[in-house]
Amino acid sequence: MRRIVTAIVHNRSGVLNRVTGLLAKRQFNIESISVGRTETEGVSKMTFVVEVEDERKLEQLTKQLNKQIDVLKVSDITDKAIVARELAMVKVISNPQIRNEIQGIIEPFRASIIDVSKESVTVQVTGKSDKVDALIELLRPYGIKELARTGLTAFTRGHQPQVAEFKPYSLLK
Amino acid sequence: MKAEASVKEQTATKTGADLLVEALIDQKVDTLFGYPGGAVLPIYDAIYRAKGSFDHILPRHEQGGIHAAEGYARVSGRPGVVIGTSGPGATNLVTGIADAMMDSIPLVIFTGQVAKGVIGTDAFQESDIMGITTPITKHNYQVQAIEELPRIVKEAFHIATTGRPGPVVVDIPKDISSTVQANKVDDSFHLPGYQPNLKPNPLQINKLHEALVAAKKPVVLAGSGIVHAGASDELREFVHNYQLPVTTTLLGLGSYPGNDDLSLGMAGMHGTYAANIALYECDLLINIGSRFDDRLTGNLKHFAPSATVAHIDVDPAEIGKNVPTQIPIVSDAKAALQSINKKKVQGLDHKNWMADIDHNKTECPLWHEQPESEIVPQWLIQKVYEYTKGEAVVTTDVGQHQMWAAQYYHFDRPNRWVTSGGLGTMGYGFPAAIGAQLADMDSTCVAIVGDGGFQMTMQELSILQERRLPVKVLIVNNQALGMVRQWQEKFYEERYSESIIDVQPDFVKLAESYQVPGYYIDSQKSLEEVLPKVLADDQPAVIDCRVLQKENVYPMIAPGKGLHEMIGVKKP
Repeated sequence: MRRIVTAIVHNRSGVLNRVTGLLAKRQFNIESISVGRTETEGVSKMTFVVEVEDERKLEQLTKQLNKQIDVLKVSDITDKAIVARELAMVKVISNPQIRNEIQGIIEPFRASIIDVSKESVTVQVTGKSDKVDALIELLRPYGIKELARTGLTAFTRGHQPQVAEFKPYSLLK
Repeated sequence: MKAEASVKEQTATKTGADLLVEALIDQKVDTLFGYPGGAVLPIYDAIYRAKGSFDHILPRHEQGGIHAAEGYARVSGRPGVVIGTSGPGATNLVTGIADAMMDSIPLVIFTGQVAKGVIGTDAFQESDIMGITTPITKHNYQVQAIEELPRIVKEAFHIATTGRPGPVVVDIPKDISSTVQANKVDDSFHLPGYQPNLKPNPLQINKLHEALVAAKKPVVLAGSGIVHAGASDELREFVHNYQLPVTTTLLGLGSYPGNDDLSLGMAGMHGTYAANIALYECDLLINIGSRFDDRLTGNLKHFAPSATVAHIDVDPAEIGKNVPTQIPIVSDAKAALQSINKKKVQGLDHKNWMADIDHNKTECPLWHEQPESEIVPQWLIQKVYEYTKGEAVVTTDVGQHQMWAAQYYHFDRPNRWVTSGGLGTMGYGFPAAIGAQLADMDSTCVAIVGDGGFQMTMQELSILQERRLPVKVLIVNNQALGMVRQWQEKFYEERYSESIIDVQPDFVKLAESYQVPGYYIDSQKSLEEVLPKVLADDQPAVIDCRVLQKENVYPMIAPGKGLHEMIGVKKP
């Protein structure tokens, strides 16, 4: 299963190495990782997208991360109400004739052209990963010269909707 | 006048190395295991100036030094402190660091590093020790500024010795240890990311109590967490309150008296039949401070298949890691046992279960053949046990001799058994005995080693010579890498690829060249003449004891098999 896990860490040299080394050593497959500073001085946030086999593996992942002395807090936010964004830049082959066509494609995605040359345009898109995927697929036929994605960064929404707790129903009980 | 002023200035200022020495004195460190070199010269100069503050042990190879520190830590209950220089000095420590990590041994290791200005340039004797040791330390530091050195040292000792103990590396660039610092520096620290949970959740203790009352076939698995927490007395009280059978892990030996009626001995690959069957058949398994190593569990599919599992561990990541756990208790073993011991005990009925267990104990005990005059290793260990009245500190390497020592030497109290459990390190036993002896000068320390492992660190005989430490090195000499040979015999159709070593040094002469008395034993008669005398005197000794080469460790769980599928069990 694909999980989004965030870790609040001390912003010290070697911490990223420590964390990714730990995940590699324990054979967790990282799809993407993004790191950046937070509102607190000296504290950074890492967002991992990981593919784990089952709940037990996931539990190990969060426990092992938590064990690190520079890790302050680990949260699996996959099932929460979250805001998750990824940024991608796509350099697409395009002559002036089809530039408008590309403009038409990217508009519904609220993407924008951030660089233009004689043979190419560079498109910037932000949003959920599947939206980024969809746009890339639409641009692919034109010929993609270069592509760069940041990986997902995410946190929980300010308001978490209350989910009513349903008692598991069983015919036997 | 001018000269006087400059002297005053010098005494008012301290180098980074002086700050380190002061911090070590603050931590009440009395013994250092270290090897000097270029990048730690300022530190060794500061140690020289602080003469008398530490007993410094110079091994002849850094690996010997760090294993000695592990032995010291195991027996004294205090952290072992190690110094190595940069590059090769640091990399020679790696085996010991990994060993301490696997067995949760508290160590603080100081490595020298090249000066900050040349880090990353492949400078002379530079190695990326932070990168190398990150996966095998509880934590590691590279000191970036002299002001943070005292705080880092304090943090390192705190992290190494609290919660689940482990090794912490502090890498100190040479310019930091030689820089002068005039101002007093603050060493207070706050580690928000490291707050080990030492007290159990009362609700979980209640659950354990309920499970104990309901259980018909309970068993306790005692791991080295009990030894680390100093919880042997609490364990005894717990076991007696509930009348529970107890089995221990390899590293948990001594946490519960091996000769007690409720003791089943060691469990696992070469554990006793009674212990393994109890683990297989139990309906409640209470694991206290063991990490369910694969050498203990065998095939997980067949491990305690019908049991409710309760697991007490100070490291939450260990709970549920290998074995699904219904009653998780994150706590120091001592605190958890104290709270369960406060509960009332009633309505217990383990009579049938205890009868089954006692039947297995008496009908399927450990066994071995007894030839007429040759020495079998099991008998040798029994004799060591007898001659030392079970009171020695015993250290071992990994392999056959280790398993025989675990099976046939019965430990009645903790901190007497020093062995490389998790990493299985050859060359560990002898240097570990040196550290153990330094930690406890009143006890007899016996390093039971194989002829293979001893040859990996035998240069440390120099320390015995230098210090006249009365360590007894007992080489269980079968002229083979015994456990490798056993596996080749069993699982590789007797293809003894590179496991028979019949060209060996003359261990007696080798010992004598280090001015350590050497003895050669090759018959039961010579053993009974020499061994009691040697074990009783206050001299160091190397005893080359020739044992039957073909002897194997039994009983055994073959790889991939479950605890109930032991081979080599003698049944009536």
